[in-house]
Amino acid sequence: MSPDLLKFIFGRLGFDSLPIHEPILVGTFAVVALGGVTLLAGLTYFRLWGYLWREWFTTVDHKRIGIMYIILGIVMLLRGFADALMMRAQQAMAFGGSEGFLPAHHYDQVFTAHGVIMIFFVAMPLVTGLMNYVVPLQIGARDVSFPFLNNFSFWMTVGGAVLVMLSLFIGEFARTGWLAYPPLSNIGYSPDVGVDYYIWGLQVAGVGTTLSGINLICTIVKLRCPGMTMMRMPVFTWTSLCTNILIVASFPVLTVVLALLSLDRYVGTNFFTNDFGGSPMMYVNLIWIWGHPEVYILVLPAFGIFSEVTSTFSGKRLFGYTSMVYATVVITILSYLVWLHHFFTMGSGASVNSFFGITTMIISIPTGAKMFNWLFTMYRGRIRYELPMLWTIAFMLTFVLGGMTGVLLAVPPADFVLHNSLFLIAHFHNVIIGGVVFGAFAGINYWFPKAFGFRLDPFWGKLSFWFWVTGFYMAFMPLYVLGLMGVTRRLRVFDDPSLQIWFVIAAIGAGLVFLGILSMLMQFAVSFLKREQLKDVTGDIWNARTLEWATSSPPPDYNFAFTPVVHDNDAWWDMKKRGYQRPLTGFKPIHMPSSTGTGIILAGFATAMGFGLIWYMWWLAALSFIAMLAVGIGHTFNYHRDFDIPADDVIRTEDARTKLLAGAK
Amino acid sequence: MSRLKILALLPLAVALSGCNYIVLAPAGDIAAQQRDLVIISTVLMLLIVVPVMALTVLFAWRYRQSNSSARYEPDWDHSTKLELVIWSAPLLIIVCLGALTWMGTHLLDPYRTLGRIHADRAIDQSKAPLEVDVVALDWKWLFIYPDYGIATVNDLAAPVDRPINFRITASSVMNSFYIPALAGQIYAMPGMETKLHAVVNHAGTYKGFSANYSGAGFSGMHFNFQGLDDKGFDAWVAQAKSAGGSLGRTEYLQLEKPSENEPVRRWGTVDSDLYRLILNMCVETGKMCQSEMMAIDAKGGNGHEGLNNTLPLSYDKYARRGTAFGPEPSFIAGTCTPDAPQGQTTAAIKAPLDPAPLVGAGLKRPTFAPLKSSSFFLGQRPKSDS
Repeated sequence: MSPDLLKFIFGRLGFDSLPIHEPILVGTFAVVALGGVTLLAGLTYFRLWGYLWREWFTTVDHKRIGIMYIILGIVMLLRGFADALMMRAQQAMAFGGSEGFLPAHHYDQVFTAHGVIMIFFVAMPLVTGLMNYVVPLQIGARDVSFPFLNNFSFWMTVGGAVLVMLSLFIGEFARTGWLAYPPLSNIGYSPDVGVDYYIWGLQVAGVGTTLSGINLICTIVKLRCPGMTMMRMPVFTWTSLCTNILIVASFPVLTVVLALLSLDRYVGTNFFTNDFGGSPMMYVNLIWIWGHPEVYILVLPAFGIFSEVTSTFSGKRLFGYTSMVYATVVITILSYLVWLHHFFTMGSGASVNSFFGITTMIISIPTGAKMFNWLFTMYRGRIRYELPMLWTIAFMLTFVLGGMTGVLLAVPPADFVLHNSLFLIAHFHNVIIGGVVFGAFAGINYWFPKAFGFRLDPFWGKLSFWFWVTGFYMAFMPLYVLGLMGVTRRLRVFDDPSLQIWFVIAAIGAGLVFLGILSMLMQFAVSFLKREQLKDVTGDIWNARTLEWATSSPPPDYNFAFTPVVHDNDAWWDMKKRGYQRPLTGFKPIHMPSSTGTGIILAGFATAMGFGLIWYMWWLAALSFIAMLAVGIGHTFNYHRDFDIPADDVIRTEDARTKLLAGAK
Repeated sequence: MSRLKILALLPLAVALSGCNYIVLAPAGDIAAQQRDLVIISTVLMLLIVVPVMALTVLFAWRYRQSNSSARYEPDWDHSTKLELVIWSAPLLIIVCLGALTWMGTHLLDPYRTLGRIHADRAIDQSKAPLEVDVVALDWKWLFIYPDYGIATVNDLAAPVDRPINFRITASSVMNSFYIPALAGQIYAMPGMETKLHAVVNHAGTYKGFSANYSGAGFSGMHFNFQGLDDKGFDAWVAQAKSAGGSLGRTEYLQLEKPSENEPVRRWGTVDSDLYRLILNMCVETGKMCQSEMMAIDAKGGNGHEGLNNTLPLSYDKYARRGTAFGPEPSFIAGTCTPDAPQGQTTAAIKAPLDPAPLVGAGLKRPTFAPLKSSSFFLGQRPKSDS
């Protein structure tokens, strides 16, 4: 074939794009390929494809989509954590003239990928998954407002993750740091495909995130059951509402700033170049106008989870519900007024810097109020130390430390000496692991029995808990110390041998966290095997307080046979207290949305388009775009969008539950 | 009890003494004041953090399920007094911290000239501050001492107790200029200038580096900063002087090409206009300086004619720039003047020797050759890498 034709078909892609000269990547590829082939063969052998397609891939049920989000988050956690282990090993080794085991070309991709994956494809799916699963149940709804959109959002997120994962074996990922600051990320200094993978991975996933934000706002605003006024919503629903408002208001900024960067890279505009009036500082501002709200997008739902857990396991109403709600709203608003604290050192004047420093500190007031509210929820309670509560206590002790170092970094003169240092790294891992990750684990342990009808094994759960907590402290306390020694981030090799011991301790800590992750996987496996022993038939295993515990575990497709009516904040607790009787007769057919494959097909084309744009395969990008339009328009002619669950089916499901409940007593 | 406390602090003390906590024990007055702020803010916050942590542990223990002697009030969920306390306690701390922040940020603004050289020493007005121009290159640091006409790579020195005025820029991507012992960091950005004012109070050798990731050679982008007494500094300058060599535009264009782990280099003389050209991104002859563009724009700009004032670009730091769909990469050509026929904006325009008014006749015509992009650059310009 002529080179022109080859170039037309494959764009920039050639044999030299495959990292066959990197033994680590070849090994990884072998393992992944082997695992992938085994998985695919297993699915084929057990004839699971049809089941997966019908029941999971095409489902519009918010519960299944929520579970798939969480599976995505956990799978990507393994990838992101592998990157973390490599970084910790490299930094522990590269002393006294040793280059470590990672060349700059590889190491720089590793730390970029670690950040991108952990934020966009671990923390976001975990949080979105929990919101997706729990919010409709908590407000007594059948599903989200736009069930098809929900499925499409999920698959777009997967599409972004697929692009980022592809970069591991085809081409390379960005070598720019996780926010890809220009000029470094612009075409002049990063001419390779890495940054393009970054851009299109985030753009495809970003569509999903934004749409799921709109979906959940509509759901919370419009689909609450009768009697659930705004001030009777569970706190988790409140924090979800605020988070999704933040998503809808901030993700478009990310979309636009990445679009401008791609214009610079594809058609030679000069938004962020050094020459021709471009301003890289504009990019830094814009990306943090998204980036700072993003951290609250992640942590607010975690706050909501801790509120639910504390109140349930203390056997008490949440202390200061109203102040909790106002604190959440204040944080939501303030999170837009602090972005500049990420670059005090970019040369703003003292007045600008102090303004943003002080707004940042002000956020600690509502956050502190929340902390006290949890404390006084525990006060005069009867605290049961189940796994979710253990994670919550660990969170409370860890998060105040992270909050304190955060406020410290908000003092501009202090930031001048700590910015970009390992102190900063320790700080944000302190709040993201101590807040978001612990929160997600608390949530998973708390709602798992709701989703599957059996709880998670406490032994492996506790093992995982202790490995994670001790591992976290061992991995990140040394980084605080190193930061005070003036050691900065993203370094690959070191001169000063006295620093090595701290990096070795941090690496051991990372190893403990690894054991924590393995124990968690064991916990899932063991719980599945012991599911009969860990079974819960009541649907309310924790003697909890909110509506999701009013229905069976797992809930039926339609969530509630009759839409509940709410009279109090802790709706289910209130119903139990007043001797609620489950209705046994009078069931009617239930109107439900139908499954559709359009979401996964559209997202598939979007991913293919991203791949085409990354590699300059213009034909692929154009065809996928046209196909997307065609499928999207075609879907509007699909009139089989809903169906009714016959009353007989509802009666059968509900009778089965009645029997189970009677057996339990 | 107090002995126990001391014992408990022992490991901490060992950890603290065994290592070099440069941020907590710096050698310059600015960094020392920043350190003070770090410590004061931490103590202020501990006022609330310690009680919260203690209460967490206390409540978690006291109200455990097995402790049936503890009070249990399942419906107690509000107390206005408590609410007042839990909102106002953090508020009070933030008010104090906010005041501290406002003052500290203004006093320690890196753009502000120093008001003192040490907590107990005022500025010595007889000594002019040391001017240093800093350029972050891929991946090394260029320091120009305009007052001494010398330049170094990866080697910085300053006399003890003499204020230093840094002007900082970069050649290609963003870096951050940071000497933890001296003062906080500030970004170094291409086409832009940031400033830093600092002073070193103790003689010694300290680490300086880039604190913002800038590409493959980032880890090796560090240098030694020496605080020297006056004699030592004079000797250091003399050493650079005696190194000979001259850093002009040609040499700079060679120097700015990416290289990793550069050793120390010195030049005895340096083009006095070089820093201005670097800052305005017009070291290449024929390229219009940003300052000129801004001056033209301030007067209303060149209008549509300005669009034609570009020339094709053949090399941009790493490679030939250019995008899949964009126009051919170009740059804005400098203005031709009789003194600078090919846009050589470096030449200082001197007053004519003959003060007689120019009448046109007999005026020497500048030599003119049709422009080609290749002839436009210095002979040493690299060919396109791609």
